[in-house]
Amino acid sequence: MNITKTQNGTALTIALEGRLDTTTAPELEKEMKDLLPAATELTMDFAKLEYISSAGLRVLLSAHKVMAPKGGMKVTNVNDIVREVFDVTGFIDILNIE
Amino acid sequence: MKEITVKAMVENIPQVTEFIDMELEALDCPLRAQTQIDVAIDELFGNIAFYAYSGEVGDAVVRFEYDEATHMASITFIDAGAPFDPLAKPDPNVTLSAEERQIGGLGIFLVKKTMDDVVYRRENDRNVLTIVKKIG
Repeated sequence: MNITKTQNGTALTIALEGRLDTTTAPELEKEMKDLLPAATELTMDFAKLEYISSAGLRVLLSAHKVMAPKGGMKVTNVNDIVREVFDVTGFIDILNIE
Repeated sequence: MKEITVKAMVENIPQVTEFIDMELEALDCPLRAQTQIDVAIDELFGNIAFYAYSGEVGDAVVRFEYDEATHMASITFIDAGAPFDPLAKPDPNVTLSAEERQIGGLGIFLVKKTMDDVVYRRENDRNVLTIVKKIG
């Protein structure tokens, strides 16, 4: 998985490419631990994300909780396969998906 | 029937995924079904890697079978760890808010929802978990 970070002031965009799963989720978790404290807005760009497993959902949920009292987290460009995972797990109602 | 035996370690998930993907691609499996199967491998092999041998490293067997008549692909995960039936747990409540959410159990729930069948049995002191998916 590739992680691309773009910062515009305190607005942070994280674009993921590849698979967010048991093997790769710890990398994202580490990046977020470093970057989220200073961010007031977070956009997750999933245009190039192939799939997500529950290990990825765990990281998204904790990021959502960290960002909720600040500017929030939105998830963009979700493909059908990732959307289905959000749907089945009820994350579709928790996350702000655009 | 084809199978591989690997150490039950998170680092080996890509090797297992690659083994299954090669079989599925040879059968012209639709991308959507293949991706759902890849997610299931991540969940199930990941569980074995984390929990089966409680800190020790043991072997896991991953077996691929395909029934041409029904277009059903079966993938079986076998470990010699402590007895563990992932299907015995109740399904998580997927309507709770972010604050109340528990992630535990979500992986196996996802597998149950995306596969056509999931079967667990304890056989010869081994955990044998099979997922079945129609791929054509």
